[in-house]
This record gives sequence, C-alpha cells and structure tokens, in this order.
Amino acid sequence: MSNSALGPQLNRRHFLKASVAVGGGLVVNLALGPDFSAAAADFAPNAFIRIDRKGLVTLVMPQVEMGQGIYTAQAMLLAEELEIALDDVKLEHAPLNEALYAHPMLGRQMTGGSTSIRAFWTPLRTAGATARTLLIQAAAKEWNVDPVTCRAEDGFVLDESGTRKLAYGELVDIAALLPVPAPEDVTLKSPEDFKLLGTSAKRLDTPGKINGSLNYGIDAFPDGTKIAAIAISPVLGGKPKSVNEQAALAINGVRQVVLTDEAVAVVGDHTGAAKKGLEAASIEWDDGPNAQVSSADIVRHLEQESQKPGAIARSEGDVTTALAGAAQRIDVVYQLPFLSHAAMEPMNCTVHVREDACELWVGTQNLSAAKLAAVTVTGLEPEKIIINNHIVGGGFGRRLEADGIAHAVKVAMHVDGPVKVIWSREEDIQHGYYRPYYYDRMSGGIDEQGNPVAWMHRVSGSSIFARIAPGAMQNGVDPDGVEGAAHPPYKLPAIQVEFNQVEPQGVLTSWWRGVGPSHNVFMVESFIDELAAAAEADPVEYRKRLLTENPRALRVLELAAEKADWGKPLSARQGRGVAVQFAFGSYLAMIADATVEADGVVRVTRIVTAVDCGLTVNPDTIAAQMEGGALYGLTAALYGAITLKDGRVEQSNFDNYLPLRIDEAPHVETHIIPSAEPPGGIGEVATSAVFPAVTNAIFSATGRRVRTLPVNPADLREA
Amino acid sequence: MAFSMQINGRTYTVDVDGDTPLLWVLRDLLGMTGTKFGCGQALCGACTVHVDGVATRSCVTPIESVVESQVTTIEALHTVAHGKALQDAWIELEVPQCGYCQSGQLMSAAALLEETPSPTDDDIDNAMWGNVCRCGTYQRIRAAIKRASA
Repeated sequence: MSNSALGPQLNRRHFLKASVAVGGGLVVNLALGPDFSAAAADFAPNAFIRIDRKGLVTLVMPQVEMGQGIYTAQAMLLAEELEIALDDVKLEHAPLNEALYAHPMLGRQMTGGSTSIRAFWTPLRTAGATARTLLIQAAAKEWNVDPVTCRAEDGFVLDESGTRKLAYGELVDIAALLPVPAPEDVTLKSPEDFKLLGTSAKRLDTPGKINGSLNYGIDAFPDGTKIAAIAISPVLGGKPKSVNEQAALAINGVRQVVLTDEAVAVVGDHTGAAKKGLEAASIEWDDGPNAQVSSADIVRHLEQESQKPGAIARSEGDVTTALAGAAQRIDVVYQLPFLSHAAMEPMNCTVHVREDACELWVGTQNLSAAKLAAVTVTGLEPEKIIINNHIVGGGFGRRLEADGIAHAVKVAMHVDGPVKVIWSREEDIQHGYYRPYYYDRMSGGIDEQGNPVAWMHRVSGSSIFARIAPGAMQNGVDPDGVEGAAHPPYKLPAIQVEFNQVEPQGVLTSWWRGVGPSHNVFMVESFIDELAAAAEADPVEYRKRLLTENPRALRVLELAAEKADWGKPLSARQGRGVAVQFAFGSYLAMIADATVEADGVVRVTRIVTAVDCGLTVNPDTIAAQMEGGALYGLTAALYGAITLKDGRVEQSNFDNYLPLRIDEAPHVETHIIPSAEPPGGIGEVATSAVFPAVTNAIFSATGRRVRTLPVNPADLREA
Repeated sequence: MAFSMQINGRTYTVDVDGDTPLLWVLRDLLGMTGTKFGCGQALCGACTVHVDGVATRSCVTPIESVVESQVTTIEALHTVAHGKALQDAWIELEVPQCGYCQSGQLMSAAALLEETPSPTDDDIDNAMWGNVCRCGTYQRIRAAIKRASA
C-alpha cells in the first residue's frame, strides 16, 4: 500500500468526473459517459475501484482507518469479489464526496458505531463483483466466447479450458466501454467459495507504521506550513480577557498572535516556538457563565432529576405490581463518570484558507462534519472545501466531532498560508466532548426460586442525539441512551426502561468507544449479577437459565465459561466475573479474572472472550479488537474520570488521567464461534463488556459490589 | 542560535533557541515526522528516540543537550542492532492498531534488546512501562519483543 501516494489532485479530478454522473446515494453502478474512460484512462466501474493499463488496482476506502483494521477489511471485501490478491493493491482515502461515499446506514461520510462492515459488506462486495463481471465480459468479447464460460482468478480472466488468459490491465480499455450492470444483475460469491474473507490476511497499513513513514494528519506539512499552539478558554463559554501579545512576539520564531472568540493561538516557525510564545502571552480569561460548575453539583442535579419518571423506552408487563409481589426486591444506583478519549494523536488540523477555497489536512472520522465546520467558519460554498483525510492516530469517537477543525479554521482565517493547529495534551484532555456522566436507578424483584419477576431501569444523563440529530429522539427517548438497556438478552417477564435527559452545565458530551452499550451493559450485567447473588445462584448458571430462548447468547456464554475454567477454585482475594451482551450486531461473553490486593488495588490478570459476530472478515483483526477494546474499557474502569471544579477540568495529562500500562495489561484470549449469520460489529463490543466483567470479578473476590466507576481501591481494602 | 547535530548518521544544522525540544526540531524543521508527539511531558513515550543508544523522550530533550550526541530516530531503526528483527516481529504478530505510539514502542524495545538481548517479562515491563498505547496492543508488543529476541 502506498500512503504517500494519496494524490489529492488526481483523486479530485477523477471523482469530480464521477460525481457529475452520479447524483446521490451510495452508487456502485456508476454509468460511464463516453468521454469518461478516455479522460481517466483507467477502468473505474464504480467509486471504489480503479484499474490502470498496467494492471495496478487502486481501492478507495470509504471508511476511515483508526486502528480497527478497516482498510484491510474493506480491501478484502473488494478483492474477494474482484478476484485479486491483496499484495499489490494501492489504497486511497476517499475524498470528501458524500454522494459517493456516504455511509449507507448513517447517511453521512463518517466512521463509527462499529458499523463499517455491517454497512459495507454488500456494497463493497457488489463493487468488486461488478468490476469482475465487466472484466470477464471484456475478455469474452476479445475471445468471442460466451462470458459464462470464462472465469476470473488472481488478476486474470481465463477461458473455459484455462489455456487463454488475459491480465486485468490488458482488459481495461474494453471493459471501460461496457455498460455497467445493475447491482441486482451482479452475482456475489457464495461464502463457501471465499478465499480471502474469513482469513487472517496481513494488515495493509502495518508496514508504514513500523518505520515512521506513514503520515497521520499531524504529519502533513504542505509547503510553507506554520505551527500554531492554541489555548482554548479553560471554562466552556469563556473568552480571552487579556493577552500579552508583545511578550509572545518577542519569542524567537514566533510570527503572529491570533485571537478568536474563545481561544488564543500563537503562530510560529515550529511548535517549540509557538508553545513558548503561548506561555509568554500570559493569557487571562473571562470565565463567563460556567465559572462555578463543579462535578459535585452536576451529580447532585442528576441525583435529583433521576427521581422523576423518565420517557418510556420499553414497558412490558406490570413492573410495579411484580415488584410489590416479589420474594426479594433490590434497589440500586449505578454511576459512570465523564470520560475523555485521550487518543495518542492529540487533536490537530492543518488549514490553508485561500480566497476561493479552504483546504484541510486532518485525520477525521467524520468528513461531513468537518466540511460543515469549514463552511460555517469561512462562509465558503461546500464545494470549496477540500479535505485531505489521513489515517487516524486513535479516534474512539473523539474525531466524530469537528470542534478541533472549527478552531483551526478560525485561526487559519487570520494566517497567510497553511497553518497547523496542534493541541497540547492538556488542551486535548481539558477540552473534550466527554462520555456523559450517567446516574442510573435500577430495581428488580425475584421470586422464591430466584427467578427475576420485575426489572426496572431508569437511565439519567446527557443525550447526544438530542444535540446532533434531534429527529432521532423517540418521544423523549434517546435510542443511544437506552441501547443495551432496553433489550437485555435475558428472559424478563416484566420490564420497564426509561430515559431521563439531564444535561450537565458547562460540559460538552459525545460518543465514546462503545457508545450506549458501554454505559448500559455495565448496568445490566452488574444488576443481573446482583440478582444472581440474591438468588444465591452461580452467576454463569443463573444467566444460562435466563438465556434458554437466546441460543447465540447462550453459546458464547458456554464457550467463554469453558475456556475460562469457570467454576475452578481461586485463591483468596481472587475473583472471576462474567458479562454477556448482544450489541453492535454481535454476541459476546467475557470472563475476567481479578486479584484484589490487601490495599484494594485491583489487578486484572486474564480476560477470556467468546464472540459470535456472524461471518468473519479477518479473525486476527477480531482478536486484536477484543484485546484493544477490552483494555480501553479496563483503563476507564480502573482509572477513568473527568471531574470539574470552578468550571475547569481537573485532569490534564497522562499523570492524572491514567492510561493502562504494559505491566497492568492482562492477557486477552479470543474465541470466535463459526457462524453463517450476517456480520456484526467488533470494534467496541469488548469495551462495553469489560466494565461489568471486572466489577463482577471484584465482587467474586471481595463480596463488595462496585456500583460507581472508576473503581476506588479505598472501598476494597481488606477489612 | 545555530546548533549542529548528528541524526541518523548525517549532520544537520538548525537555528533555534537552545531549549527547543528535539522533537520539534525533528518534526517541524527537519521533516522527520516518524517521531510522534503525544504528551509533551515524557509521560507517554510516543516521542522516543535514541541518544547515543539510550531511549530518550525527545519532547523534553533540549536541542542544546544533544549537539555532541548521535541521535537515532525511527526512520533509521533498521540500521540499529535488533531494529530489523523487531520490525519483522511487529509485522509478523500484527502489533500496531492505530500505530501512532509504535515508533516510540519500537525505539524503546530496540534499546531494551541492546541492553538485555533475552529479556524477561519483568525486563519488558520495566523498559516499556513509559510507552503508552491507547489501542491496547501491549500483549502483542510483549510477544513481538520475545520473538525478536529469540
């Protein structure tokens, strides 16, 4: 794969042409005008594949690579149907073009929600099959035979006997003139004929990641780039009050000081000068209306609001009566903190605002939002926005928001030539769009046999959909706010799930890896564990008895329990916890082993996952996502909390917003259940499951139930 | 003022304040962007380079302190003992996810193997503790170091 060869000029020329012919929607049966093939000199039957006369295959990646392995997976979907090997393909980032590259499920040009494979499984295979069909037709025409007698194999078309064969590059000119078949007229391969899909093909992005050659957004240096260090108001809604511009400008290498409504940027020849200048500027802030915001007040407000009934997400059976008649009743509150994403690549964006265009160099999960931000700030027409997207140095949802892009464009409006706006780690952690704080109330009842008779879950917290897509709200219920809560995998005779939208003052909220399920699966899997304990039942046996009508969930649970040695005795202060979930279209069971030291410090020593995510694309990528997803969630479970005082975020860098380090990392084992079901998502499932798996393990080790995260060792000290 | 230094076997001269961190000289002035910025406080290891063979956080290393030294960056890792073996192991075991921290991980790992050719788990923990990976690739990093050391 060639990352440096992502020639934006070439891409734009090519796709401008294509987009003229298309109109809207995700199109794989792009009709080629007579002048198109002549202009392009490539065979390009759709927006994802180009083949030149030398046979070089270029695959255009509609979804953004941020570590999840999607570039390899998308290339595999295309290559499988196109009948080529992955060795010599060239990958390109999709340019900004919503008509061609909008996500079929999300409607925008964005990557998130563990949806890439689910959304592109059929479109990309169809794109590959379309190209294959045309290449076969071209060869058949050349040989004057019936296309059904020919086949494609490893970059060639062969005739019936296999004696004649033509390389794809030799067929480009003929194929480009053939009418592109409609998707329904293209035959996809049968899964039993897959050669690539389902194999652990090597990732295509690895070589550039081990020698420093792969460029992330932060590595883009268009000619003449200056660097800006930025300080955004430490309190949301605040403004710069005084800035010592002269002191900043006196620093060697500083060129300019830029003030925007809510930030100060110092522009210099290099980041060292810009940062030094920013410090010298000794900025004072007018904190504005959120100057008094504190976490304690936010939680108090949530506590009060959570006592009021919420909007009904689901109601089946009579929960009130069932609770009243239960043999045992349990009422609990679970709390989850604000979380930062803290991706390794700090927020950054390089911008060149010209009179007639605004060009961006950035790694973003959301080109649609990036475009909108640039349009809003510059006032330019949308077609004047050029985005050079990059592989992302960690997304986790943070790069779905375009605030960093908006800040950068605001600065660039004042700068002659391209300017790279880099956030310090402190800015990155203190100016997040945080995972919301959740304050959930749950009530449950069990009968004499210990079986659940009533399940009540009231979610209280910020609604992300209410901000970004109010139309998605359903009678006051945020579907993300109750995802993973409204439909627990278990048989529950009476269930009521409510959503209470409570917005925190002075804090922005957004998607965080695992989204709704990474909040709700903690609540649901903690609470079912509490019911099992009340019933004096083994946590796995209890779940199994409630999953008899959910065979795929039952199977992952049984496999995880077997592989994790469930039931085998553990030493004192060691525990084993389980979680089961259906989320993102995949079934997952996770079992965590934890040791709780005498001082209350928790060490997670082993994690076993069993996953049924339907048909697999790349099993090693699935394993990698189980490992990484689990550690991302485990980090948050043990350490993650963003808190506020005097309107300011109290955490600032990796010494107080702690990352998990290598000595604390448990070994994660992945077991994949073979399945012919449609593919499910895998990028976030382990993140959701690990929170309760670990706290349930802590309960098993100590008898103490962790209902508020992050884990507080002081609560777990040996008595 | 002007500083000359040896980077990857070549001499470079830059005109900056003496307290300018090596990281920004490499990235912004010399175009060697393989070394990454992560935290600016030597808390994450993304910026790790070798200064006279020692793993060093370039984000807190003033340029004036390395004028007499040999600096090696990820771009020249293959020329360092164990460098190529580590890169091969990284590919073999599919270590990187987002990849952003991996330059620093590899530079720390190469310094470890130079010092301790057959590291124990504790050796790996000690040498790699300062390198943060938010994608959670630690178990593969550990396995790849062992593979490269074999």
